[in-house]
Amino acid sequence: MDMNEIKEIFFQECEEQLAELESGLLKLNDGDRDPETVNAVFRAVHSIKGGAGAFGLDDLVSFAHVFETTLDCVRSNKLDPNQDVLKVMLKSADVLADLTNAARDGGGVDEARSKQLIRELEALANGEMPAASEAPAAKPAPALVATPVADDEGFQPIPFSFDDFGGEEKPVEPFAPTCEILFHPKRELYAKGNEATLLLRDLSRIGEMSIRCDMDSLPPLEDMNPEEAYFSWKISIATEKGEDGVRTVFEFAEWDCDLEVRTVEEDHEAEAGKDELPMQPVPFDLSILDDGDDDATGEADEPAAPLSSANTAAESNVVPIAAASRAEPSRSEARAAPAVQQAAAAANPAASAASAAAAAPTIRVDLDRVDRLINLVGELVINQAMLSQSVIENDNTGVSSINMGLEELQQLTREIQDSVMAIRAQPVKPVFQRMSRIVREIADVTGKSVRLITEGENTEVDKTVIDKLAEPLTHMIRNAVDHGLEAPEKREALGKNPEGTVRLTAKHRSGRIVIELADDGGGINREKVRQKAIDNDLIAADANLSDEEIDNLIFHAGFSTADKISDISGRGVGMDVVKRSIQALGGRITISSKPGQGSVFTMSLPLTLAVLDGMVVTVAGQTLVVPLTAIVETLQPEASAIHSFGASQRLISIRNSFCPLVDVGRILNFRSTQADPVDGVALLVESEGGGQRALMVDAIQGQRQVVIKSLEANYTHVPGIAAATILGDGRVALILDVDAVVAASRGQSLKQEISLAATG
Amino acid sequence: MTYAAKSLTQGRELIAFRIEDQEFCVNIMSVREIRGWTPATPMPHAPQYVLGVINLRGAVLPIIDMSMRLGMKPAEPTVRHVIIVAQVGQKAVGLLVDAVSDILTVTDDNVQPTPDIANETAKNYARGILAIEGRMICMIELEALFPHVESEAA
Repeated sequence: MDMNEIKEIFFQECEEQLAELESGLLKLNDGDRDPETVNAVFRAVHSIKGGAGAFGLDDLVSFAHVFETTLDCVRSNKLDPNQDVLKVMLKSADVLADLTNAARDGGGVDEARSKQLIRELEALANGEMPAASEAPAAKPAPALVATPVADDEGFQPIPFSFDDFGGEEKPVEPFAPTCEILFHPKRELYAKGNEATLLLRDLSRIGEMSIRCDMDSLPPLEDMNPEEAYFSWKISIATEKGEDGVRTVFEFAEWDCDLEVRTVEEDHEAEAGKDELPMQPVPFDLSILDDGDDDATGEADEPAAPLSSANTAAESNVVPIAAASRAEPSRSEARAAPAVQQAAAAANPAASAASAAAAAPTIRVDLDRVDRLINLVGELVINQAMLSQSVIENDNTGVSSINMGLEELQQLTREIQDSVMAIRAQPVKPVFQRMSRIVREIADVTGKSVRLITEGENTEVDKTVIDKLAEPLTHMIRNAVDHGLEAPEKREALGKNPEGTVRLTAKHRSGRIVIELADDGGGINREKVRQKAIDNDLIAADANLSDEEIDNLIFHAGFSTADKISDISGRGVGMDVVKRSIQALGGRITISSKPGQGSVFTMSLPLTLAVLDGMVVTVAGQTLVVPLTAIVETLQPEASAIHSFGASQRLISIRNSFCPLVDVGRILNFRSTQADPVDGVALLVESEGGGQRALMVDAIQGQRQVVIKSLEANYTHVPGIAAATILGDGRVALILDVDAVVAASRGQSLKQEISLAATG
Repeated sequence: MTYAAKSLTQGRELIAFRIEDQEFCVNIMSVREIRGWTPATPMPHAPQYVLGVINLRGAVLPIIDMSMRLGMKPAEPTVRHVIIVAQVGQKAVGLLVDAVSDILTVTDDNVQPTPDIANETAKNYARGILAIEGRMICMIELEALFPHVESEAA
C-alpha cells in the first residue's frame, strides 16, 4: 500500500468525519446537549487533525486545531453552544470541508474566510474565561510530533532491554521544569500499532530523562496473555517544553494509555486522558477500556489548572489560549478538564457502543466492480429472456420440466437483479447534508434567517441519481431561500415566524423516489410571472391561463434568460435548467404554490438509471422503447379526430383540445411519407414546456422493464434517441428521446436538413 | 508515404479480408473478434454505411458496411458475411466484410507505397499495398477510416 492509497483512505475517512461533524453540529443546533454528541463532534475534528498531521497538511491541521480548541471548551462546559456559537462552528465545518477538498484536489481556499473564522473561534475559546488566568503563554509552541500511526494491526512484542531504562533518576536540571510522568499503556495501544518504545524514544528527544519500568503487574508466565500490556513506566524528565511538550509526544496515544503528567513544582496537577482513539472507526470492546480506568478517573478529580490537554498541545501558537481556556480556577470539580468529560464518555459508552453495534458492518467497494456486476446481471437477464423465448418457440407442449425450470430461473434472475441494484442504492443523506450548507450560505448572503428541515434522508436511491441530484437541488434551494422566503421584517409584518422554513423531504412512492422541497414563503407571484411571460413573448397578452399553467411558466427556458429576474418575488433563476436536469434523470418536476403560504416543488425520480420502464412499440418495422414516464395516455385515433393543419401538420382532437400529431417514423427518418394515423396508435406525451404532443407509432407491443445501454460508448449520440436496450430476442432496440423528438417536430425542416447532411 | 508505410509495418501481423473481388488487411492488434452476421437495428440519421447496431454480449456495437465505406456498392448482408469487431481508439466497431481470408505476417519489404493513381478517399485510408502470392492486398488504417470515432473518444 503506497502513500497515495493511504492518503486516499484518509480523505475518504475525512468525508465521513465531516458528515459526522456536520450532523453532530446540527443536532446541537437543535438543542441536543448530549455529551456524546459533543464528543462525536470533537472526535471528528480531532481525527481529521490527526490524519492531516500525519500527512503534513499544515493548513488543515492549524485550522482543525483552533476549531478543536473551541470545541473542547464546549466539551468541558466552558462555552455554551448557543445558536451564535453554532453558527460559527457550522461555518468552520464548511471551511474545514473546503480545506480538506483543497488538500485532496489542490486548488485554493478562501483564506480570508478561514482566517476570519479562526479569529472568531479563538474569540469564542477566549470569551468565557477570565483574562487573569496565569500565563502559560510564555511556553514556546511545541512542535508537532507525529507519532507513527502504523497501519499494521498486528501486535508486536516490545523489543527493548529493560536494563537500559533501569537507571537512577538523573539530577534535575535547574532551569528546566521537571515533569514526572506515569505512563501505563493499555493493550489497545499496541493493538493499534503504536509502540511504547517509540513513544519513549520521542520523549527522550525533548529533554534529559530517566525511566523506571514497573513490572509488578507482570503475571507468571503461564498466566500471561501475550496480547495484554503489563508494564508501566515512571519517567522523570527535565524539559523546557514542559508538560505541553510531554503531552504532545503522547498525543496520538493518550486514549490508549493511562497517562499522568505532573510538573514537580506544581504538585496538585494531574490529568488522566482516556478515550477511544477516534481515528479508528473499527469498533472495539469498550469494556476493556472500563476495566483500566480506575486510576484515571480517580486522578481526574483533581483540579487541572494550566494543563492543556494533549489534544490542544500540538503545534501552533494558539496553545496558550487552549491552556488558558481551561484554567478557570473556580468550579474546579466540574472543570477537571477533559478528564472528567472523557471518563464520563467512557462510563457512558452503553449508548454509543450499542449504536455502533447496531450499525451493520460495511465494506468499501470500488464502484467499477459494482458496475461490472450490474452489467453482468443485466446480461443474465437478457440471456434468460432469450432462452425463454427460444424454448417457447420450440416447445409446443408448454408443460415440460424445462419450462418450469425456466420460470424458476426467471424468478431467480429477477431477484439477483433487484439485489444487485440495491448495492448501488445509497441514502440521499449526503446530498441533503450538503443542502444545509447551501441554506446557511445563502441565508447569510440574503440576511434571512432560515431553518432547513430534512426528512427521510435515509431514503435510498441509485448513486448516479444522487450524484446528479445535487446540482438541481442546490439551484432550487437557492431559489427557495432567495426568492421564495420573504425578508424577516416582512415575515413579521405578515404575522409569520421571522425565521423561514425550508423543508426537504424524500420518500419512496410506487417504485420511484419523490423529493419534495417546500418553503413557507410568499408563493409564486402569478401576476408578475404572467407579466414577465407576456413581456418576453412567451404567451399572448390576452392568453387565458390557469394558475397551474402560470406556475409552470417559470420552467420555461425563455423565462429565465430575462435580466433582473431576481426582481420577481417568485422564482425563475435557472428553473429551466433544473427541469432539464431532472428530466435527464428520467424524472418529472411539478410545482404547487399558494399565495402567502409558500411553494412546493415535487420531483419524482426513477430509483435507478440502469433500468427503465418502457413501452415497447413498433415504428416502420422497427422496435422502439418509449419511456413510460413520458407517456400520459395512449389512444387509438379515429379518422374523425384527425384534422389537417397547414401543409403537413396534423392535429388530433382529444376531449375537445387539439394536440399536434408527431409521426415518429418520419422524424427518425424510418420512412419518407407520413403514415396514416388511423392505422396506428397515438401516445400522448408530456413534453418540455408543459405542452402535450401525440406521438404516432404503428403498434404497441407491450410494457417492459429494459436495461439501459449506452449508445455513445461505441457510437455517437443520435438525435431523437436517448439510449439503447437489448430485447428478449437479443436484438438492440432504441429508446426514444421524447423531448428531442417533440422538439424536432417543432422545427421539422431543420431536422430534415440535418438528416440529409448525415446521409449524404 | 513510404515513411508512413515503414513506420506502421515493422514485422506486424495483419488480418486480410475480402470485399467482392478486392482484398484488404488491417492490423491484427486492433481486431478483437470475428463473428457471423446478425441483423442490425437501423439507426436514424446515420450515414448510409452505418448499417445499424447489434448486441455484442451486452454492448451496443455499430456495424459499418466496409464495402460502402470504401466507396464500393452497398453490401447485401447474408449469413455468409462476417463482422470483424475492431477497436478504434476507445470505441469498438463492427466491420461487415464478405469473408476473412488470411492472417499475414509482413515486413517492410512486402509493403509497397500506395500508387499515385488512387483517388482521395482511397489515399486517406490506404497505408500501402502488399503483394503476396500474386494477390494484391490493400493495407487499411482504421483510425483514418473512422476519424470521428477517435476524436469523440478523446
